[in-house]
Amino acid sequence: MSRLIASFTLAAGLLASASVSAVEISISCSALGKEYEICKQGVDAWAQKTGNTVKIVSTPNSATERLALYQQLLAAGAGDIDVFQIDVVWTGILADHLVDLTAKGQGEIGGHLPAMAETSRVNGKLMAMPWFADAGLLYYRQDLLDKYKRPVPQTWADLTETARIIQEGERKDDKGDFWGYVWQGRAYEGLTTVALEWIASYNGGTIVDEKGEITVENPKAAEALKTAAGWVGTITPEGVLNYTEEEARGVFQAGNAAFMRNWPYAWALAQGADSTIKGKVGIAPLPKGGADGRHAGTLGGQLLAVSKYSKNAEAATDLVMYLTGEAEQKRRAVEGSFNPTIVSLYSDTDIAKANPFIGDLADVFSNAVARPATVTGQNYNKVSTEFFNAIHQVLSKRSQPEQALNRLDRDLKRIKRNGWQ
Amino acid sequence: MKMLTRIGFWLLVAAVGLFSIFPFYYAIMSSFRSGSDLFTIAYLPERLDFSNYVAVFERQPFGTNIFNSIVVAGAVVALSLALGITAAYAFGRIRFRGRSLLLMTILAVSMFPQVAVLSGMFELIRAFGLYNTLPGLILANLMLTLPFTVWVLTTFMRELPKEIEEAAFVDGATPWIVVRRVFLPLMMPAAVTTGLLAFIVSWNEFLFALTFTLTNEQRTVPPAIALMSGSTAYELPWGTIMAASVVVTLPIIAMVLVFQRKIVAGLTAGAVKG
Amino acid sequence: MSSAVASAPSPARETAQGGRSSLTRSRIRAAWIFIAPTLIVLALIAGWPLARTIWFSFTDASLNNLADYEFIGFENYVANYDGEWFGLLTDPDWWHSVWNTVWFTAVSVSIETVLGIIVALILNASFPGRGIMRAVILIPWAIPTVVSAKMWNWMLHDQFGVINDMLLRLGLIAAPITWTANPDTALWTVVMVDVWKTTPFMALLILAALQMLPGDIYEAAKVDGVHPVKVFFRVTLPLIKPALIVAVIFRALDALRVFDLIYVLTANSRDTASMSVYARQQLVDFQEVGLGSAASTLIFLIIALLIVITMAAGRVRLSGDPR
Repeated sequence: MSRLIASFTLAAGLLASASVSAVEISISCSALGKEYEICKQGVDAWAQKTGNTVKIVSTPNSATERLALYQQLLAAGAGDIDVFQIDVVWTGILADHLVDLTAKGQGEIGGHLPAMAETSRVNGKLMAMPWFADAGLLYYRQDLLDKYKRPVPQTWADLTETARIIQEGERKDDKGDFWGYVWQGRAYEGLTTVALEWIASYNGGTIVDEKGEITVENPKAAEALKTAAGWVGTITPEGVLNYTEEEARGVFQAGNAAFMRNWPYAWALAQGADSTIKGKVGIAPLPKGGADGRHAGTLGGQLLAVSKYSKNAEAATDLVMYLTGEAEQKRRAVEGSFNPTIVSLYSDTDIAKANPFIGDLADVFSNAVARPATVTGQNYNKVSTEFFNAIHQVLSKRSQPEQALNRLDRDLKRIKRNGWQ
Repeated sequence: MKMLTRIGFWLLVAAVGLFSIFPFYYAIMSSFRSGSDLFTIAYLPERLDFSNYVAVFERQPFGTNIFNSIVVAGAVVALSLALGITAAYAFGRIRFRGRSLLLMTILAVSMFPQVAVLSGMFELIRAFGLYNTLPGLILANLMLTLPFTVWVLTTFMRELPKEIEEAAFVDGATPWIVVRRVFLPLMMPAAVTTGLLAFIVSWNEFLFALTFTLTNEQRTVPPAIALMSGSTAYELPWGTIMAASVVVTLPIIAMVLVFQRKIVAGLTAGAVKG
Repeated sequence: MSSAVASAPSPARETAQGGRSSLTRSRIRAAWIFIAPTLIVLALIAGWPLARTIWFSFTDASLNNLADYEFIGFENYVANYDGEWFGLLTDPDWWHSVWNTVWFTAVSVSIETVLGIIVALILNASFPGRGIMRAVILIPWAIPTVVSAKMWNWMLHDQFGVINDMLLRLGLIAAPITWTANPDTALWTVVMVDVWKTTPFMALLILAALQMLPGDIYEAAKVDGVHPVKVFFRVTLPLIKPALIVAVIFRALDALRVFDLIYVLTANSRDTASMSVYARQQLVDFQEVGLGSAASTLIFLIIALLIVITMAAGRVRLSGDPR
């Protein structure tokens, strides 16, 4: 089938080259697997429409390796990849190598989720277009909440209490390795997203505010960290300090945890045919810090950007606009469950039919917190590394929240010494 | 007593074997499983399901990747040994000024972290026009294997008795002939061993292979495995990755089984009377 | 060349006389011809990247714009701006990573050496199934690190990892161990996986050394009725020492540059970072080519120093001659 499409594309390309000058665009849009298939269908449709050809360059699955590869290529000014799929926090890091899309995208960007649009901008210029969105969610076991007659927790205090009750009850029922709450605690970017959710939910800010002021040392942030550190060893296994998304999903999906923090991807897998918890799972926004707190999920997702070294920037930009356009985002949402970034698609009936919980996600996305990537620009990774290491110290009880935040504040000020950019 | 020694010996063999092979066994077993199985423990496979193996070859040109790895590793070993043995003869058997300094310089090449030379190497490879080609990778990997090969072979070369080449020289042989006729056979165990180790280093090399190639058709095995993903970027396609690892480890095992005789074949007591 | 050989005095006397015979001269010429290809290849592929790294360590280059940078002297190493100290040498994280690396290298290479000798001695003995055993012990070294590190990560999972399960079943531990999550056990865990992975490298090199020993010395020892353990320490070990030390040096070189194992098992945690993890973080994650190059240059200097010390301690003869 794909060969057939490919030969069609080729034929179309040959035909078109006779009339207009067709070009070849290469795009890095995925690792291999299902994501590749969905991406391939999208670019093939564009190729057929425009008569150009598109080559997909597969890049590593791991985000760190992918970023390193991009940086190597871009630093050498290599034009081998025209369109890059980038993470929401990479825009500032890669901006110097990207084409300004403001002229083409300004009209479109208004329809996208504001938080996603914000991550695409650097110094007011649109350097990328939002492609799909992600945000942290609370997964819970409906059957266990029913069994212990507890509601879905609205605050972290509720969650702590409910998790403790369920954990004690289940352990008495001979499930010795049952835990209340699992999440991602490894010293990596994921911990930054998770800890930012805690702090933001207590109204403790987003590490660095929009004006570039370092705000992380505040009593609310300390309170949030104190709560989280209290979980480790009680309702959360100590091993969580080295969990990424898949390790957490493993514990939850094996039926050994009552709650889990994870991205939307875990939904389809937890409800999959071979899942032990199929039909027993629910999702909700992450709890609030307190009665006056807020529901905060950290924003994730991917953008598309055009390389400055592309020899066919015009066509590449056109491809980006096509892939991030409404029709393609809808197709991806229906066929691949990729969450659209265009607000109007959340009330689309076809998507709602394919993904029944998409309506719930609309709220989560519009309330999502963005990591301070835009404001810290090229220093974002440094800020994030200092942050997750400080959090890791607190979680492993090697440092008190206040003391860790104080040191973090000092370290961030050192990084900011000459301003963020 | 003798019985006890023998039992002890076999226990040791069993312990070493088990420690070495258990993770690989676990990989084989995982390669027959999929989905939620990843999160449960089993010691025996529940079923023989080869779908992961099929997926490995269907979703990407994995056969080509293996072929690339063989070409790259093979060429790296051939070049390393050819350059290494001649250099080792000079370093190990001939006294000349600057010898120690040169040996240290060669060793110094292995003292920089790989990531530090990555971008310089990247520029170099692009300058040579070897980007996204196998020769580019071969060249880059030589940097990892050559110092090691030269040093190990020099050490072994030096350990051979002094009298070995003298007779040949008196007979009027050139140094080149001495290396080929006299030393090559004697160095067989060392050469096969270093060759084997160099092959595996090159076979497993990831960072250069990822950075210096772009298309799936030019990639070697380790980056090809790193490219595998589940239905989303977060999901780990464990069964497929394990199947791929099993597939790429088999050629190495086969090679060891073929070459292991050579590790011991070379030198016998009588050959070195001098 | 052959006529020169024919008329030359025997090489045994040549050094004693101190004269430079035509044979010596022709052999030295041959030596340079033999070494030249290796040197050219290394200069070609390593010269530029290494020189470039050292040069960048004195600049403020950034990965964002490699063409535009300034020479800043030693500021990447140590600098004082407005009364505050900056630079690598004043960064506690850097020194912590140095300590981690040195500790890791010392512990893992020692264990690997001892185990390597034991395994090599086993493989050197003749027993049925020896060939298969040789292949079996090489398996850990043969699995790509990208995969085996992840595999261990999974096997060491505190909740559904097979290692904890096995130890629990055998009654060796009472509760699951958080291998990689706890900073106190994480480095030991890394050592364990490294030992698993690289002992075959040691064992194989030592085995080659054992195989190159002349067999008659054992015969003599056997006739004299010397205890095998004594034979090992008095005869075998001194004879394989040069090869053993080269194996140790190259293992140490690799261990001192350890990256992927630590990175996969514990990510960017400060508690377990090695020098290479630190350098990579500066170079790639933070795009500080200048600072990362400075770290790489320091790694180079530290490794060079340690290797020279090792060689001095092991009395390695760089300019040794054939026996």
